[in-house]
Amino acid sequence: MLSVKGLHAFYGRAHILQGVSLEARAGEVVALLGRNGAGKSTALKSIMGLVPAARGEVTFEGRRIERLLPYRIARLGLGYVPEERRIFTDLTVMENLEVGRQSARGDAPVWTEERLFALFPNLAGMRDRPGGRMSGGEQQMLTIARTLMGNPRCVLLDEPSEGLAPIIVEQMAHSIRTLKGEGLSVLLCEQNLHFSQAVADRAYIVEKGQIRFGGTMAELASDSSLREQYLSV
Amino acid sequence: MSFASIIIQLLNGLAAASSLFLVSAGLSLIFGVTRIVNFAHGSLYMLGLYGAYSLIEALGRTPLGFWSAVVVAALAVGLAGVLIEMLVLRRIYRAPELFQLLATFAVVLVIKDIALFVWGAEDLVGPRAPGLSMAVEILGKRIPAYDLLLIAIGPVVLGVLWLLLTRTRWGALVRAATQDREMVGALGVDQAKLFTSVFFVGSVLAGLGGALQIPREPANLDLDLSVIADAFVITVVGGLGSIGGAFLAAIIIGVAKAFCIGIGTVTWFGLEISFSKLTLVVEFLIMALVLVARPYGLLGKPQAVQRVAADPVPPLTAPSWSMALVWVMLLVGVPLVADRYVTILLTDIVCFALFAVSLHFIMGPAGMVSFGHAAYFGLGAYAAGLLFKRAGLPMEAALLVAPLCAGAFAVVYGWFCVRLSGVYLAMLTLAFAQISWSIVFQWDSVTGGSNGVFGIWPSAWLADKTTYYYLALACCGTGIAFLWRVLFSPFGFALRAGRDSPLRAEAIGIDLRGFQWAAFVLVGTLAGLAGSVYAFSKGSISPSTISIGQSTDGLIMVLLGGVETLTGPVVGAAIYTWLRDVVARHTEFWRAVMGGVILLIVLLFPQGLVGGLKALVFRWQERQA
Repeated sequence: MLSVKGLHAFYGRAHILQGVSLEARAGEVVALLGRNGAGKSTALKSIMGLVPAARGEVTFEGRRIERLLPYRIARLGLGYVPEERRIFTDLTVMENLEVGRQSARGDAPVWTEERLFALFPNLAGMRDRPGGRMSGGEQQMLTIARTLMGNPRCVLLDEPSEGLAPIIVEQMAHSIRTLKGEGLSVLLCEQNLHFSQAVADRAYIVEKGQIRFGGTMAELASDSSLREQYLSV
Repeated sequence: MSFASIIIQLLNGLAAASSLFLVSAGLSLIFGVTRIVNFAHGSLYMLGLYGAYSLIEALGRTPLGFWSAVVVAALAVGLAGVLIEMLVLRRIYRAPELFQLLATFAVVLVIKDIALFVWGAEDLVGPRAPGLSMAVEILGKRIPAYDLLLIAIGPVVLGVLWLLLTRTRWGALVRAATQDREMVGALGVDQAKLFTSVFFVGSVLAGLGGALQIPREPANLDLDLSVIADAFVITVVGGLGSIGGAFLAAIIIGVAKAFCIGIGTVTWFGLEISFSKLTLVVEFLIMALVLVARPYGLLGKPQAVQRVAADPVPPLTAPSWSMALVWVMLLVGVPLVADRYVTILLTDIVCFALFAVSLHFIMGPAGMVSFGHAAYFGLGAYAAGLLFKRAGLPMEAALLVAPLCAGAFAVVYGWFCVRLSGVYLAMLTLAFAQISWSIVFQWDSVTGGSNGVFGIWPSAWLADKTTYYYLALACCGTGIAFLWRVLFSPFGFALRAGRDSPLRAEAIGIDLRGFQWAAFVLVGTLAGLAGSVYAFSKGSISPSTISIGQSTDGLIMVLLGGVETLTGPVVGAAIYTWLRDVVARHTEFWRAVMGGVILLIVLLFPQGLVGGLKALVFRWQERQA
C-alpha cells in the first residue's frame, strides 16, 4: 500500500528526517512512535508532499509520489489528518466536509455525510455550527471526517489522541478500529503508547529522524528496555 | 444645505459607491485567497472602461449594444486577469510576498502602455447609456436615471457574491483557502485552478466596475493608480477579505466624497474651508481614523497566518569597507572621464539610491512595508523648494533644514503607522502619502499646485553639474553609510528582532513600538534628504515627486535589487534609473519595456538581482569545491 525508503527532509537548514524507511500494508494500522521532535509529524508531512522530500522514495499503490504536489497525492487516495486539526473555523461542519469531498474510488470505502455522522455521532447534532465554535474533541472528529470525505484508501493520522479527554480518546480508538474494519490502511503518529496498543497492528519507533525499531505491537510490548530507551519521558 | 440637496448628494454618493464596491470586492477576494496585493487591479478597471468604450463604438449606441459592451468588456477583463495569473503569478506563488508585489507593479506598467498603444493618450469620453440618458426628478432636483440603476447594481452584486460564497462548493473552497490554503491542497483541491477561478471572478468585478463607469467618467491613463488607491482604502476600511465590509466602506467613502463636493466652500467663524478640495483627501482621513480605532477594518478579522514553509530571513552581512572605498573612488572618478549627461544621470542615481536604501531600511530590517515612501522624498523636495523660494533661506540652509521637515511629518505619520502591521500598515503609509500629495497638488498659492515650484537652483559655487554631483554624492553617500551603520547597532538589532518575533522582542524588554517609530522618523528624514538634494539638482519640483508612482518606483528599486541584501537597493536604484533613462530615450513605450524586464527578472531571479547573483556564485563555488 504505502512504502517509504530512505526518506530525507529538511526544515530550513535543520536535517529533520535522516533516512526514514517504513511500510503500511493494505488494511493495516501502523503506529509511528517517538518523543517530541523525533520527526514523526515531519515524516507524515513529507509523505504527503507538504514538506519536500530531499532524497528517498515514497511509493503509494505502486506509484512514486515523492515529487507530486499534495493535492495530487490526496487524489490518489492518500488522506492526511493534521496534528493541529486545522479546521476551517469560518466554515460550518457541513462546509468543512464539503471542502474534503472527492469523487468515489472503486476499491476504497465510500463515505457520505450520513455515514460519517454515524461514525462520529457528536457531529450529527452540529451540522451548521462554525468550526471555530467546537470543542477540541469535536474538531478532532471533524478533521478526520473531513479527510474521509475524500474516500481515501490510506489515511495518515497525526496524533489523533493529543489533548483529548480520556473518554474521547476511547471513542477515537473505536473509530480507528472501525476504519480498519472498513479495509482502510492507517499510518498514525503517536506519543501515547496505550492508545497505539489499542489500535495498531505494528509500530515503528523514530528517534532523531531515524527508525530505531520496527515490529509488531506484541514485540514492542515484550521489550521494556526498548520502551525505556526511546519512549519514556 | 436643504433636505433635498442632502438627498441628492446621498444618491450621488451611492451611485459612485457601486463601482468602488465592485473593484474592491474583486481585490478583496483575490487577496483573501492568494495573499497577493494585486496592484494591477486598478489597471483591470481601466481596461474595463477602455474596453467598454471601444465595444460600444463597435456595437452601436443602442441599449443592446451598450449592455452587451459592458458585459463583454467585463468578461474580457476577466480573461485578462486569468492570463496574468497563469503566465506570471502562478510561477511565483512560492516566492516571497514582496516579490509577487513587484510582479504586479510590472503588470501595471505593461497594461498602461498597452492602453496607450491601443487607445492613445487623450481622454476618451464615452456615450450616455442609451435609453437611460434622461433624468428623474426627485424632490425638485434632477438626477440621472443611470445613477439610480448604478445604485441598484451594488446591492445586487453583493447578493450574488454572497450566494456564490455561502451556497456553492466554490464558495466553500474560497473561504477555506482564505484561511488555510495548504490544508485545502492536502484535501485534494487543485490550488492552481482555484486561484485561476478566483482571479477570473475578481477581474470580472474590476472590469465591470470600470465598464459601468463609461457614462460617468472619461477613460484615461491615470485611472490605474488612482483606482487602486481607492480600492485599497475601501478594502482596508471594510476589513481585508470581507465583502460586506467592502460594501459598507464603499458607501461611506462614496457618500463622504459626494458631500464634500456638494458642500463646496463654507465659511465658519470667518475661516474659509473648501470642502470640495477635501474630496481627494477625505477617504484617506476616514481610513486613518478607522485603522486607528479598528486596526482590522470595520468588519475585518485579524489576518490568518498562512502556513508556508518559508526559510527565515538570513542575517545581513555588513558591506566591507575596502569594497565601499573602491566604489566611492570609482564614483568620484567618473565625472573626470564621463560627459555632463552621465554626471546628471549619476546625480539622479545617487539621490534615488538613498531613497531606496531608506525604504529598504524600513521594509526589510524593520519589517514595515511602506507603499507611501514618496511622502518623505516629496516632502523633503517641497520643503527645500519652499524654504528657498518662499521663506528666502539660503540654498545651503534649505538643503539641510528640509530633511528635518520631512522627518517632522514622519513623526506624525509614523505615530499612527507603527500601531498596525502587515498589509494594513502598508495601506496606511499609502494613505498618508496620498494625503500629502493632495495637499501639495491643491494648495496652489503655496506649492504651485500641479505646476510645482520653479527656479530652485543651487548657489553659485554649486552651479556646476560636476560640483553638484559631488555634493549629492557626499550627502547621499553619508546618508546610506549612516543607515547601514545603524543596522549593526543595538538599535538595528532590536528592529530586526522585532521583525522576526515581535512577542519575544517585547518579552525581553524591547519597546518595539517606540523603536519602530524612531526608525520611521530616521528613514523619513533621510528620504527627505534625498528629496532635498534631488530638488536642487533639477531646479524645479512637481507633485509627481510625492505621487504613488514615485512610491512604487522606490519599491521596484528595492525589490529589483533584492530586499535581503544591503547593497541590493543601491544596485536596484542604479539599474532602474539608468534603464528607464535609456529606454525612455528610444521609445514612447518605455513602461512596457521596463515592465517586461522586471517580469523577466522576477521569473528568473525570485530573490532579486543581488540575491540571485549571490546564489549563482554560491552554486558555482560549490561545483568548484
